[in-house]
Amino acid sequence: MITKMTHVSIYVLDQGRAYDFYTNKLGFKVITDVPMPGGDRWLTVSPPEQPELELILSPVTRTIFSKESVKALTELIKDGAFGVGLFTSNDIFATYEELNAKGVVFTKVPKKEFYGTEAIFKDDSGNWFSLAQLN
Amino acid sequence: MINEPYPKIYLYRRLVQAKLFIDNNYADNIDLDNIADEAWFSKFHFIRKFKSTYRYTPHQYLTYVRLEKAMELLKAGLPVSSVCYSVGFESLSSFSRLFKRAAGITPSEYIARHQKIKAHMAESPLTFIPGCFASRNGWLKN
Repeated sequence: MITKMTHVSIYVLDQGRAYDFYTNKLGFKVITDVPMPGGDRWLTVSPPEQPELELILSPVTRTIFSKESVKALTELIKDGAFGVGLFTSNDIFATYEELNAKGVVFTKVPKKEFYGTEAIFKDDSGNWFSLAQLN
Repeated sequence: MINEPYPKIYLYRRLVQAKLFIDNNYADNIDLDNIADEAWFSKFHFIRKFKSTYRYTPHQYLTYVRLEKAMELLKAGLPVSSVCYSVGFESLSSFSRLFKRAAGITPSEYIARHQKIKAHMAESPLTFIPGCFASRNGWLKN
């Protein structure tokens, strides 16, 4: 049986900028940051209380994609085509205020929904995430 | 910026300001006694709210931030005494005691451990990442 998810890829437009966003703005922890052959960098971060889930910050420009795919992916990410996931907070209003003060872009302010209170923000590339305090 | 009112928005803003004040000024000799300002009904109420939001009292949170920064600097290989003072501790002995309590090892042991990990990373980077990703990115050929 499958037991856990430990790694998930997030495609970002600029790895250095994403590093700054995820660590300094969101407050995530760097789990692995290793230089790879050919000048690549393997970079994973985790939400502060979930070190067992590593978000791989993968640059879209990594050579596994064709030039056309990189271009298409870049446009889609910028356009906000990808909703990557949901992060939870123990106090969504405080988290919202903090991220807002740090310049994180919200497309939805905290609002009560059926399942809890939810806001939506974008990372520095354009990927969007739900921020929720579940009921 | 979108502004939509929700319950006690000004209290949340003050709470976040206090947290960010610690985040930005941890290296200085900051006075936490005045961190709960007049917006709060009482200092006790403020500290209780701070703790329920950030898991620590303001004082504990300041120590936590200092220790986290210290770990970052020690990982980068800076000497223990300069790290101690640059993150805001005033004595080496209290720094070492608090560090050991948080990390389980002394600052010097922490440096040694991370130097070892760094050397291992430089020598065999592929042992740190799942093989499927290494293969897909073409890193296994080298």
